[in-house]
Amino acid sequence: MISKLSHVSIYVLDQSSAREFYVNKLGFKIHTDAPMGPDTQWLTVTPPDQPDLEIAIMPVKEGMTFTKESAKAMRTLIENGTFGFGVFECHDIYATYEELKAKGVKFKKEPTKEFYGIEALFQDDSGNWFSLGQKN
Amino acid sequence: MKLKEYPKIYLYKRVVHAKMYIDKNFFEALNLNLVSDEATFSKFHFIRLFKTIYSLTPHQYLRKVRMENAKFLLAQGHSITGACERSGFESVSTFTSLFKKENGTTPAVYRQLKLALRNEMKFQPNHFIPNCFAAVNELKKSNFEEVA
Repeated sequence: MISKLSHVSIYVLDQSSAREFYVNKLGFKIHTDAPMGPDTQWLTVTPPDQPDLEIAIMPVKEGMTFTKESAKAMRTLIENGTFGFGVFECHDIYATYEELKAKGVKFKKEPTKEFYGIEALFQDDSGNWFSLGQKN
Repeated sequence: MKLKEYPKIYLYKRVVHAKMYIDKNFFEALNLNLVSDEATFSKFHFIRLFKTIYSLTPHQYLRKVRMENAKFLLAQGHSITGACERSGFESVSTFTSLFKKENGTTPAVYRQLKLALRNEMKFQPNHFIPNCFAAVNELKKSNFEEVA
């Protein structure tokens, strides 16, 4: 019986720029940083209050899980903001929004009251979208 | 309710500004007066608002940021004295006892464990990469092949 999710992947255009974004802007912690082939690391980060969920920051490039064609197609989709990868929770969305905005994070939707809580939408440095939520 | 209609957003901006001031200057000899001045609040009002937003007092938050930075430096191989000084702690003895209280181990043992882990990541990366990714990158044979 499956008991929990331990790893999830986020595909990014540039692994080193994504490291800066997830660690220095979002405040995530590096869990694992191990070499995985030329110019690529197995890089996982964890949200501050969830140290057992590793988010693998996976660069989209040929020779990983991608062919040349599929890598090109995937990069275009990411750049165009096609993917919404998940929902992050925070204790105080107004404070989190103000801090991330001050750090240059791009928001598509400012904190807004919805029937399920307060929600904002932001984009990572590659173009992936995330919901930022505070429950009612 | 949209953000622009939120009545106290100007308060948030000031408290967030003070929090970011701590994040940027934690290694200095900060005191609460300096930080509350940064937020242009009275000390009492500032502590109350800060705790409402971050569930920690500014002092507790400053200590947490300093401890996290010290742990990061120790894991990178800095000496205990170096990590202590570069994180804003007043003395090595204060740092060491606080470290042990909060992390259940001494800075020396923590540093040793983290450096061993770092070496293992560097020289035996396949110990850390799940098979589904490692097999694709030919770092090791997939377990699935062994079963088949």
